[in-house]
Amino acid sequence: MTTLTKPAPPAANAARDRPTPIPQRRKPLARRFAETGWRHVIGVVAVIFAVFPLVYVLSASLNPNGTLVGSNALFRTVDLGNYFRLFDSPQQPYGAWFMNTLLVASITALSTVFLGALAAYAFSRMRFTGRRFGLLSLLLVQMFPQLLGVVAIFLLVSAIGDIFPAVGLGTHAGLILVYLGGALGVNTYLLYGFFNTIPISIDEAARIDGASHAQIFFTIILPLVTPMLAVVGLLSFIGTTSEFVIASVVLTEPSTQTLAVGLYQFVTQETSKNWTLFSAGAVLAAIPVTLLFLFLQKYIVGGLTAGSVK
Amino acid sequence: MSTISEQRKTRQGLPSLRGIVTKIVLLSIVDAIAVFALFTLFVQESWVVFGIAAAVTLAINYIYLRPGLLPAKYLLPGVLFLAVFQIFVVIYSGYIAFTNYGDGHNSTKEDAIEAIILTSQQRVPDSATYGIAVVEQLGQLSFLVTDPDGDIWLGGDGAPLERVTNAETDSTGKATSVTGYNTLTLQDVLGNQRAIADLAVPLTDDPNDGALRTPDGSRAFLYLSSLVYDEDADTFTNTANGTVYTDRGNGAFQADNGASLTPGWKIDVGFENFARAFGEEDIRGPLLNVLLWTFAFAFISVASTFVLGLLLAMVMNDWRMKGRRFYRVLIILPYAFPGFLSALVWLGLFNQDFGFINEVLFGGASIPWLTQEWLAKFSILFVNLWLGYPYMFLICTGALQSIPDDIMEAAAIDGAKPWAAFRLIKFPLLLVSVAPLLISSFAFNFNNFNLIYMLTAGGPRDPSAGVDAGATDILITLVYKVAFGSGTGRDYGLASAFAILIFIVVGAIAAYGFKRTKVLEELN
Repeated sequence: MTTLTKPAPPAANAARDRPTPIPQRRKPLARRFAETGWRHVIGVVAVIFAVFPLVYVLSASLNPNGTLVGSNALFRTVDLGNYFRLFDSPQQPYGAWFMNTLLVASITALSTVFLGALAAYAFSRMRFTGRRFGLLSLLLVQMFPQLLGVVAIFLLVSAIGDIFPAVGLGTHAGLILVYLGGALGVNTYLLYGFFNTIPISIDEAARIDGASHAQIFFTIILPLVTPMLAVVGLLSFIGTTSEFVIASVVLTEPSTQTLAVGLYQFVTQETSKNWTLFSAGAVLAAIPVTLLFLFLQKYIVGGLTAGSVK
Repeated sequence: MSTISEQRKTRQGLPSLRGIVTKIVLLSIVDAIAVFALFTLFVQESWVVFGIAAAVTLAINYIYLRPGLLPAKYLLPGVLFLAVFQIFVVIYSGYIAFTNYGDGHNSTKEDAIEAIILTSQQRVPDSATYGIAVVEQLGQLSFLVTDPDGDIWLGGDGAPLERVTNAETDSTGKATSVTGYNTLTLQDVLGNQRAIADLAVPLTDDPNDGALRTPDGSRAFLYLSSLVYDEDADTFTNTANGTVYTDRGNGAFQADNGASLTPGWKIDVGFENFARAFGEEDIRGPLLNVLLWTFAFAFISVASTFVLGLLLAMVMNDWRMKGRRFYRVLIILPYAFPGFLSALVWLGLFNQDFGFINEVLFGGASIPWLTQEWLAKFSILFVNLWLGYPYMFLICTGALQSIPDDIMEAAAIDGAKPWAAFRLIKFPLLLVSVAPLLISSFAFNFNNFNLIYMLTAGGPRDPSAGVDAGATDILITLVYKVAFGSGTGRDYGLASAFAILIFIVVGAIAAYGFKRTKVLEELN
C-alpha cells in the first residue's frame, strides 16, 4: 500500500498536519455546546436520516410475518426464516441470481481491469501517432454510458446469437462481452492517471537490465499498481452488480438473471406479499458490497476524485 | 521479481522464451475461435460480417506477429470491444432511428412473406392422411413421410420433401427409419412436443402448395395457407374473400381498406420517427414534458445533494468534534448500499396502503407518494437526495480539508467576518476542485435509470400520451419503455430516435465540461 501516493485523500494529510488538541477539562456546558455540541445534534439527525431505511429493511428481513404492513413494527420479532426460505423457492431462484451476479461481475471486473491496464500502459509509457486523439476519444466515450445504446445492444446481441448461440441472448457470456465494450471508456483515463504517478525511470532501469516491454508491464508495473487496480476492479464490480438495463434485456430466463433483474421483478410483482423475503434477499446481497465499499472507501473516494481533481 | 534477474543475461528488448510460448498459445486460441466463427459465417452466407471478421483476424495476427507496433499490441484488445459494443452500437442506434424496426417489423420482406404464409395455414378439410416418423440429424428435426400412395419422402423445416429410397418400413408399409437419421422414440416425441407441433414441412419449393404438419408425431395432414402469395405481382390474395394485399412501400402488405397483414418487415423510413416525435401532438407534448423533467430532475438532484453534502461536511469538518469517523461511516452508508436495492427499499417505504411512511409517520394516512404526479416527482427527488448527499459529503470534506487553514487565518487577520471569508474565499476555492465532479454528477443523473425505473417506473402514466410516458419519466426510461415496454408494442425505431436526443444533450454537457475544466489543455 506504500505505493498508493496519489489516491490517498486529502483527509489523511490534513489529519497529520493539524495541531494536537490540548486536553481541556470541565469546560462550561454552554461553551462545549457552542463549540461542538450543536455539531453532534446535526450529526445525529444526519445519521438517523442516512441509516433509517437500512435499519427498516434489516428489521423487515427478520420479520416472519411476510407482508409489508407487518414490517412496520421494527424488530418486534427476530427470526431468520426468511433467509432460509430465500434458497428453497423455485419461483425466485435467489441462489442462482446470487451466483450469476457474482460470476458476471467478477469476470467483468477482472477483464475490465486487465484491458484498462493494458491501454493505460500504452498511453502512459509510449508516444505514438494518434495518442492524444485516443485519449480525447476515451474522455468523450466516458461521457456516454452504454445503456444509452440499449436498443442497438439488444438487436446486436440477438443478431450475434443467430450466428453464435453461445454468446447470444440469454447467455452470461454475451452479457459479459457487452460489458467489456465499456471497459476502456470507464477506466482507462483513471488508470492512465495512476500509471503516470509511477516514475518512468523504473521502466528505463529495467530496460537497461534487458527486460522486454511485456516483462516490464507484467512483472514491474502491474505489481506496483496492484492497489489501484484493486480499487478500479471493485468499482467495476459494484457497478456491474447494480446494472439493470442491459442485463434485463440480454438475460431472458429467470434462472440466468442477475440479482438486480431478478429482485426487481420479484418485488414489483407483488410488493406487499413478497416484502420480507425481498428484504432478506436485499440484505444478503448488500452486505458484501457495502462492507467492501466501507473497507475501501478511503481509496475509492480518492480514486473518484483523482480522475478530475488535480 | 526473480524473473527480472534471470532475464538480465538476455539481450535487451528480446522477449523471453516463456513470453513467446504464451503469445503463441494465446494467439492460437484466438485464431481457433476466429476460424470457427469464420466457418459458421461462411455456412450462413453472411458475407459482410464474414469479410469484417476475416479482416479483423488478419489484423490481430499482423499486429501480434510483427515486431514493433507496440502501442497497438497493448491497445488492441480493449479497442476491439470498444469498437463493437460501444462505437458500433452508437452508430447502429443512429441507423435504427431511421427505420420502422419494432414489433411486426423485425426482419426482411422474404421472412415476412414466409411467416404470413405459415401463420395463415389451415388444415385442408377431408385431405389425405400421411404417415410420418419424426427423425433427427444433428439436432434438426425432419419428417420421414409415407404418402397415401406408399411413396417415401424426407423433409424438414424450410426443406421441401425429397424422395428417399433407402428407408426401412414396417409391416404396414410405413417408413420407420432412414440411414443417417435417428428416429425419435415415443418418449422423445413427447419431450419435443412443442418443436414438433411447430414444424411445418413444405410440400414443394412453392410455399403456396402448402405444408405438412402433425398433431401427434405419427400422422401428418396437408395445411394450406388461406393467403396466396403471387410472386410476380408481389401481392397476397385471401382465397376466402378475394381481398388483395399489396406492398405499398410502408413495410407491410396492405389492403385497400387499410388493413395490413402481420408481420411486416423492416424498411428505412427516413426522418419519420423524428417527425412523429416532434410532429404528432400526442407524442410531442409528453416528450417535451419528459425533456423538461429530465433537466429539472438532474439539476435539482445535483443542487440539493451538493448543498446538503457541503453543509454536513462543514459541520463535521472541525477537529474538536469527537467521533467524527463514526458519524462519517454511518452518513456514507446510503452511498455504500447498492443503488438498485435502495430504490426498491424506498418503494416499500413509500407504499400508499401499507408503507412505513404513511402507516407510521403519517398515522395511517393514504398519501399517494408514488402515484400522484407532483408527489411522485417530490418522492423521486427526496430519494435521490438520500442516495446522493453522502457522495457530495465525501468530496466536499476532501476538498475542504485540502484548503490550507492559513488562507482563512489571513482573511480573519484582514478583518473578514467568517461568513464573508467563507463566501468570498473558501467557497470559490472549493468550487474549483468540485466543479468537474458536479458536471459529471449532472451527466450521471441525466441518465439515472435505476432510481426512476425502480421507484415509479416513470409513472403515473400520462393517459393522453401516445407513447408510454409518465410524470416522472426521464429520457432514458422513456427509451427503455418504448423499446421494451410491455403495455404498448415494441418500437425500436422511435426509441432510438429518443436515444439520439440524449446523445445530443450528453454531448453538449461533455463539451461544456471539457471547456470548463480545461482538461484538453492539460492533456500531454
